[in-house]
Amino acid sequence: MLSSALLLAGGAASPVAARSQMGFSLGWHIIVACLGVGMPGLVLFVEWRGQRTADPSYRLLARRWAKALGVLFAVGAVSGTILSFEMGVLWSGLMDNYGAVIGLPFAIEGFAFFIEAIFLGIYLYGWERLPPRTHLLSGLPIVVAGVASAFFVVSANAWMNSPQGFTVIGGRLVGVDPWAAMFNPATWPETIHMILAAFMVTGFLMASVYAVAMLRGRRDRYHRLGLLIPLVLGVVAAPVQILVGDWATRYVASNQPTKLAAMEGLFRSGTHVPLSVGGYYSGDELHGALHIPDGLSLLVHLNPDGYVVGLDRIPLDVRPPVTIVHLAFDTMVGIGFALLALGIWFGYCWWRRRELPRSRWFLRAVAVSGVAAVAAMEAGWITTEVGRQPWIVYQVLRVDDAVNPAPGLSWGLAAVLAVYLVLTVATVYVLRRLARTPLPVAPQEYDVARYQVV
Amino acid sequence: MLATGLLALAWAGISAYVLLAGADFGGGLWDLLAGGSRRGERQRALIEHSVGPVWEANHVWLIFVLVLVWTAFPPLFAAVSSTLYIPLTLVALGVIARGSAFAFRKAVTELWQRRLFGAAFAFSSVVTPFFLGAAGGAIASGRVPPGIAAGDILTSWWNPTSVMAGAFTVGACAYLAAVYLTADARRDGQADLAEQFRRRSLITGIVLGGLAITGLLVVHIDAPLLYARLTGPVALPLVVLSIVAGALSLGLLLIRRFVLVRVTAALAVAAVLWGWGLAQYPDVLLPGLTISQAAAPPGTLLATAICMAVGLALLLPSLAWLFLQFQRATNPGKAPQSRPWYSR
Repeated sequence: MLSSALLLAGGAASPVAARSQMGFSLGWHIIVACLGVGMPGLVLFVEWRGQRTADPSYRLLARRWAKALGVLFAVGAVSGTILSFEMGVLWSGLMDNYGAVIGLPFAIEGFAFFIEAIFLGIYLYGWERLPPRTHLLSGLPIVVAGVASAFFVVSANAWMNSPQGFTVIGGRLVGVDPWAAMFNPATWPETIHMILAAFMVTGFLMASVYAVAMLRGRRDRYHRLGLLIPLVLGVVAAPVQILVGDWATRYVASNQPTKLAAMEGLFRSGTHVPLSVGGYYSGDELHGALHIPDGLSLLVHLNPDGYVVGLDRIPLDVRPPVTIVHLAFDTMVGIGFALLALGIWFGYCWWRRRELPRSRWFLRAVAVSGVAAVAAMEAGWITTEVGRQPWIVYQVLRVDDAVNPAPGLSWGLAAVLAVYLVLTVATVYVLRRLARTPLPVAPQEYDVARYQVV
Repeated sequence: MLATGLLALAWAGISAYVLLAGADFGGGLWDLLAGGSRRGERQRALIEHSVGPVWEANHVWLIFVLVLVWTAFPPLFAAVSSTLYIPLTLVALGVIARGSAFAFRKAVTELWQRRLFGAAFAFSSVVTPFFLGAAGGAIASGRVPPGIAAGDILTSWWNPTSVMAGAFTVGACAYLAAVYLTADARRDGQADLAEQFRRRSLITGIVLGGLAITGLLVVHIDAPLLYARLTGPVALPLVVLSIVAGALSLGLLLIRRFVLVRVTAALAVAAVLWGWGLAQYPDVLLPGLTISQAAAPPGTLLATAICMAVGLALLLPSLAWLFLQFQRATNPGKAPQSRPWYSR
């Protein structure tokens, strides 16, 4: 196998390269995927308002959002495809052994994706062809299927955290109950956490576009609506997300104590465990962290006497890297609370005066909230994925045993990075072009009709 | 029994992908060959018009096949994707370039941007089906053994049969696209474009026939086991059907039956796929892995079958609505040529 020997020179089979490639393509795709879950509902809402009120601002917003959705959905559809390939290309050991166990939610997700793609085609290209009511209705399946696909895909990830629904005898898979695998203990907290995250990312990201425009002096009704509607989605989701996040952490505490210990940078098991914020972990100790006495015991057990397992109880060879998990977790939680505070500020002003806060700092905060929400979502995924290391399937299969041993796999990482660099530049460029398409000061019906969705 | 049904369904998914998304790839090839931006303007508008509403839905057939295979036949998926990771990664990257460039081109207005994205769209439309075909050739010629990364990662897909299969796939995509676009052009009242694509259909049809005959010769030398199976009693009728349908298509093109030729052209290509499938059956990897060895445990097969039944009941009517919606003549007063492509 001379050819293989040649490729070997380029890089041996390496779990690090495979993990980087998977993490990178997944972390990229999920941003677009969030918009695919959250945006259709907002587009339909403004289209519906536009139909009810005939307000050109709503009607133009609907068209411009729909056009952006068309681009984003296309990018999401194709950047999701490589993930399907990577399941086998990178993780053949996982699929060979457990494809039969986690395949089902993916198969169902395939249909949800079909429904999304079909109705998005009808919805976008039917803008001028279908009667208004039918057109609005044709968009509903996109909303339902988008949320459903998030549920099914994340339930497969949940199984990797809480594997169940299969019997292995002598290293051979003999019995599978795919329904039990799909509805494992991690499924509900994890899927709901992710769906809410998608709403938050969409809401804050879209609102941030209009916050930037308003900071540049465009304060007309069109821009105010463009900020207000997505922002409401984000700020409504934020407090619910904090409750769901708490639920998800409790799930981790009872089912994956190692992950919780890493999230908290906790070495010594015991009672009266403090909550540690920030810092870095080395030599079995967390340095430079802020400690809140009894905090973790209280959070996990609602009792300062609550016992929490630390890393001292976990064998060395199954401990995840702690610092990155701990800091990623703190980043997610910190941003989550900051977004909650932003929502309270907005909610208070709206309650008192029925208008946005007047301070420019509010607009500045909304302008960064989109990127912040994305960062929180990514940090959450880093927490759960790195926190599961060295397992790909918790306590069942190690990452090292799942990776494709074929030589030269790190070239794939290089190719993926190069393509995604171009893809990122192009996507950002095109979206900015769309956002910058000149707008009249007060949109008229004429401007609405002139703006082509496809 | 359940396993056979699911394998047949996966094969139907592959057929749908080749016949529908294949034509979208072919559209990219004709976009590449349409000439300068002024001369090729109307052709590109027609292609964009035909591909635009449906390509994403067509693309999902690929996902459908992948998830169905990894759920119902995990060892097959693991063996194929680990040995063929190079062409499959290239396919995935090609899919990304093709789809996003197509979407980006629609969203920008300046000529240089449209040219750049158009070139990326068109180039990846040619490269992607080649690697997909090469991967198919690797499986068909028995170069993907069972087991993880058990085959040679280069020669498994870079060999006479794979290269032939890659070329044939590109040709089939171009042929299907030309045939479909002929009828689309006539429906939209662009008789001259219909004539152009009719001529291209005839040429690519003949080239494809030539490739098929050469391919059989190559397979005869390079993959004798596959050749023996292809010319055996089970698969031979389909090989003959493909030849007959191909010849019939040429005749229908000559007498300008543009809608009917869609059916025969699709049949000619689908018959090749099913001929290959039947030639392998019951082996899913030619020497060494049978369908019963590859099939998932019964619990998975049953659950998958149930989901497929429910899913298809939702999917097929939706797909029908999509295709009917966009196969009708478009706003008769506002035929695409009245609206230059760069102003949309």
